[in-house]
Amino acid sequence: MKIIVCVKVVPKVEEVSFDPETKTLDRSKATNELNEADKNALEAALRLKEKVGGTVVAVSMGPPFFEPFLKLCVAMGADDAVLLSDKAFAAADTYSTSYVLAQAAKKIGYDLILCGESTADSGTAQVPPQMAEWLGIPHVSYASTIEATDGKLLVRRTVKGGYELVETPLPALISVELGSNTPRFPDFKRKRWADREFKLTIWGSKDLTLDMQNVGRQGSKTDVIDLRMLAPTERKRIKIEGTEEEIAEKLASIIKET
Amino acid sequence: MRGIWTFVEVQDGAIEDVSLEVLGKASELAREKGVESSAVIAGWQLSNIVEETAKYPVDKIYYVEHELLRQYSPSAYAKALHQLVERHKPEIMLFGATYNGADIAARLAVKTGAGLIAHVVGLEIERETGMLIGHVPGFGGSIVAVCRCRPNVLQMATVRPGVLEKPQPAGGNAEIIKFSPELNEQDVGLRLVERSVSPTIDITRAERVVVAGMGTGGDLTPLKQLAEKIGAELAVTRPLADMGAAPRDVQIGSTGYSLRSKLAIIAGASGAAHFVSGIRDVKTVIAINTDPNAPIFEFADYYVVGDLFKIIPRLTQALAR
Ligand SMILES: Cc1cc2nc3c(=O)[nH]c(=O)nc-3n(C[C@H](O)[C@H](O)[C@H](O)COP(=O)(O)OP(=O)(O)OC[C@H]3O[C@@H](n4cnc5c(N)ncnc54)[C@H](O)[C@@H]3O)c2cc1C
Ligand SMILES: Nc1ncnc2c1ncn2[C@@H]1O[C@H](COP(=O)(O)O)[C@@H](O)[C@H]1O
Repeated sequence: MKIIVCVKVVPKVEEVSFDPETKTLDRSKATNELNEADKNALEAALRLKEKVGGTVVAVSMGPPFFEPFLKLCVAMGADDAVLLSDKAFAAADTYSTSYVLAQAAKKIGYDLILCGESTADSGTAQVPPQMAEWLGIPHVSYASTIEATDGKLLVRRTVKGGYELVETPLPALISVELGSNTPRFPDFKRKRWADREFKLTIWGSKDLTLDMQNVGRQGSKTDVIDLRMLAPTERKRIKIEGTEEEIAEKLASIIKET
Repeated sequence: MRGIWTFVEVQDGAIEDVSLEVLGKASELAREKGVESSAVIAGWQLSNIVEETAKYPVDKIYYVEHELLRQYSPSAYAKALHQLVERHKPEIMLFGATYNGADIAARLAVKTGAGLIAHVVGLEIERETGMLIGHVPGFGGSIVAVCRCRPNVLQMATVRPGVLEKPQPAGGNAEIIKFSPELNEQDVGLRLVERSVSPTIDITRAERVVVAGMGTGGDLTPLKQLAEKIGAELAVTRPLADMGAAPRDVQIGSTGYSLRSKLAIIAGASGAAHFVSGIRDVKTVIAINTDPNAPIFEFADYYVVGDLFKIIPRLTQALAR
């Protein structure tokens, strides 16, 4: 099975600061990491590959600094990785992001595309279904397990109040639920190989068949017109002290009053 | 005059609460803009749902009926809605940000070249332009991006459940317009093999909530007993839902639900950004954690540095006295 895994690099949200004067986000001090749910997607892909054979290719659209994170995907077990990087791709909303990713998937070829359920920074969960629509293939979102059975996939997806088991033909796109598995650590030898010898494929807009009307800022259908920091809710921050019994009594009277 | 549409999601024979929440807001916005507010219902044999929807403030109901819509499929639903949008050309279309609503909206946005604003917690009409403005929480919920669609495209948004008030039934004069989309078997793509759901509680409406974090190690017994004692609902942080210790439906935070309760007692949660965005609107927060430097204390009105397994049972006892 030919599997593509879409991954994105995101800043740790706790470390992003906001300047209310200039209304800009400062990501420069934040640690970057592979989006957590995308690691779950990669792990799901590697497990499928171990069962049914095939290849796993990690794909990301983003700036050149994503490179080491794609190498990390290879170190974890992906066979190949492609970075889609071009100034023309910048400032894309989910419409133009999903378009470029879909065009890249066509070029790579696939039976199955796996995404994370959503990203930690913007977290729209829109890119996977939008990508599936560009490609004209079925999609299943919030998958917790994926099983391959004679050319089809049996997917368990989380829904309100429980789960659904859904069967989908291939090719298909599946978004994988955050925390649905434990992503493996890269093996030391493979990591060294990925860092030193593996050559990452980088494609710009010229390497893909693109209608530039749909790409980047120009291709986007939405704009962010303002950023606001939510002032934290004022809290009293009163420490309750004493013996365990005293604390319990004090809390009980607070609870009775509210 | 082009109007505002609300997709009314039907699950197991009932309307999703969030759809009514959105419908109420859509009707307010439509009045402000001086346009019609319409509901869109899609499925098979849903005349009871059409009747139910007509009880709420809405001008028109588009009823998209097809046998192939009996079972949920994002591609078939998006195709059917696309045909309806082509016919009547709404200006704005709103969805509840549910698992299925968000899927259908995303596919429809690509089909129609629409702008889609995700998971909004607030909606307004921009005075100067008459355009839809959506407030989108990002970065774990501490920052809100104010978003607008590009001119001359269908403006779409999905709305986070539990942030808007459900409207009172008032109306009954909605015009009902039936629509039969053209669909074939291949449009469905997916086959539902099994569905297992139990009734959920709407944690966003709970008055009192006890929240368990990983400090419980997955043992929720003492917190359940406390919740029972004070008539509270039990909720959890994300990792506990991941473990299956409690259902996703009671997970608090940026990828779960936001509380609006009078009281929340939070035990064994560290206070990560993705979590605390879900307790912003709680009136009184009590936090218990063994770590004197736990960030959760910054977000608490009363806090205890201590072991929840020692404090909580004693608290339950004290409340019994
Ligand atoms: C994209 C993304 C989305 C996310 N969305 C959410 C979300 O919606 N909701 C959410 O909750 N998380 C979410 N998370 C996860 C979040 O970042 C944190 O990992 C999570 O909130 C931590 O849960 P916790 O506080 O229960 O566990 P921990 O961080 O492990 O904290 C456990 C706490 O318990 C304390 N403790 C231990 N033993 C005891 C004891 N006996 N008595 C009292 N205290 C004790 C410890 O001191 C510690 O502070 C998300 C993460 C990502 C990447
Ligand atoms: N720039 C990107 N490059 C590769 N994959 C992406 C990108 N943006 C989003 N995705 C994929 O789409 C998923 C959902 O993203 P989002 O819609 O932004 O929440 C992510 O978990 C990724 O799998």
